[in-house]
Amino acid sequence: MTKRTPLYDMHVAEGAKMVDFGGWDMPLNYGSQIEEHKYVRNDAGMFDVSHMTIVDLKGEKVRAFLQYLLANDVARLKDSGKALYSCMLNEQGGVIDDLIVYYLEDDWFRMVVNAATREKDLAWINRQAEAFAIDIQERNDLTMIAVQGPQAREKAHQALGEGAEAVKDLGIFFMKMVGDIAVARTGYTGEDGYEIMLPVEQAEGLWSALLKAGVKPCGLGARDTLRLEAGMNLYGSDMNEQVSPLESALSWTVAWEPEDRDFIGRVALQGQREQGIKQKLVGLVLTDRGVLRDHQKVIADGLEAGEITSGSFSPSLGNTIAFARVKSTVGDKCKVEIRGKLLDAKVVKPPFVRNGKACVSV
Amino acid sequence: MSNVPQELRYTKNHEWVSLNDDGTVTIGITDHAQHLLGDLVFVELPEIGITFGQEEDCAVVESVKAASDVYCPLDGEVIGHNEALSDTPELINQDPYGDGWIFKLKPKDDGAFAELLDADAYNEIASEE
Repeated sequence: MTKRTPLYDMHVAEGAKMVDFGGWDMPLNYGSQIEEHKYVRNDAGMFDVSHMTIVDLKGEKVRAFLQYLLANDVARLKDSGKALYSCMLNEQGGVIDDLIVYYLEDDWFRMVVNAATREKDLAWINRQAEAFAIDIQERNDLTMIAVQGPQAREKAHQALGEGAEAVKDLGIFFMKMVGDIAVARTGYTGEDGYEIMLPVEQAEGLWSALLKAGVKPCGLGARDTLRLEAGMNLYGSDMNEQVSPLESALSWTVAWEPEDRDFIGRVALQGQREQGIKQKLVGLVLTDRGVLRDHQKVIADGLEAGEITSGSFSPSLGNTIAFARVKSTVGDKCKVEIRGKLLDAKVVKPPFVRNGKACVSV
Repeated sequence: MSNVPQELRYTKNHEWVSLNDDGTVTIGITDHAQHLLGDLVFVELPEIGITFGQEEDCAVVESVKAASDVYCPLDGEVIGHNEALSDTPELINQDPYGDGWIFKLKPKDDGAFAELLDADAYNEIASEE
């Protein structure tokens, strides 16, 4: 039995094609995935992301706890509402999950973690928190809607009505509480916009108001191609517990300073760094005709050099793009094996598209 | 409900087949199939002159997220393919039974066409999915 979000009836009413996604009945698209993708790049689209797990952490030692739990350093969060992207690692430096953590008050932080990893994340966090006396609450009473695109904020302001005044000046990667609604200027598309967390019983009201403001509902299909173009990793595809952030193009999220901060996985990462990182996550653009797909083999200098972790057609570029985990020695060209043929690809540094503009030549 | 023209024949793999006046056949994928696949972005056409057996995979249609094989509905030789799909694969979404045709085949056996599924039989299979 799959779980339904509070917006399930709205999706069905809009003609969504529903699919099982990690145990949740979620909209894949509402007709055309490509149209939805382009709408987000050019105007404003919205996604039901209520399946994601919102966790509130409270306690006097919550900052110290998160400095130990996460590879990025919450000491960087100096202003209330500021958000930080981080990996949560195991002792071996493998990625248990990636997440966004928001600093709300000195004794209150909020984390948003993935849906498919919910149980293991909560078990891990609870186990690590024992020594810090942290109160950990999963916020099942909240729904989350992402509104993304160049017109997203303006249209969201119309939908939010009076509450909009309080968030108009919200900085990038900041969250603000407006009554019982949390508005965060974050997202997973490479476009400006908000992720809005609100009480379940208000979800349909806001969704309807956003529809009325001209925001188009978009499914998980478009969400995946948008994040891929934006150079954002997907947990479970691009990283997992067997690879570290250093092998996942996420070195920028590991805070090495201060040197005396002890975080879970630090020792293992240091060991990797000293021995030399053997593989890397790169972007690929296919120069031959075809479509890059997950798990296709990457060949460099005649030898197998790795595989594609996320591959798809890119609606914005009209070409096919991918992330691939390859040997660190791979240069700016490689081949990809597609149905027994070796096709030419360029190795690039993501993002492929940001704020509506191409960042790579195809 | 998807469109299943009465005058065509079908396979359980969601190909449609139309009989031309000269005894050759034209092949594409059904409206039901294009709807399941979603926006098509790439088509690998079968090469002209190649002979395929019935149910042998002979072409590939790829949507944004997945690749699917197209199976040859009859034993025969490929005598033409739809070049327009190379640049505009979305023709299959827009007009699956017309401009979105995929290839033409010269069947080895003249009687084989009549043994394919008729519209009612295909409809039954498609509606069960």
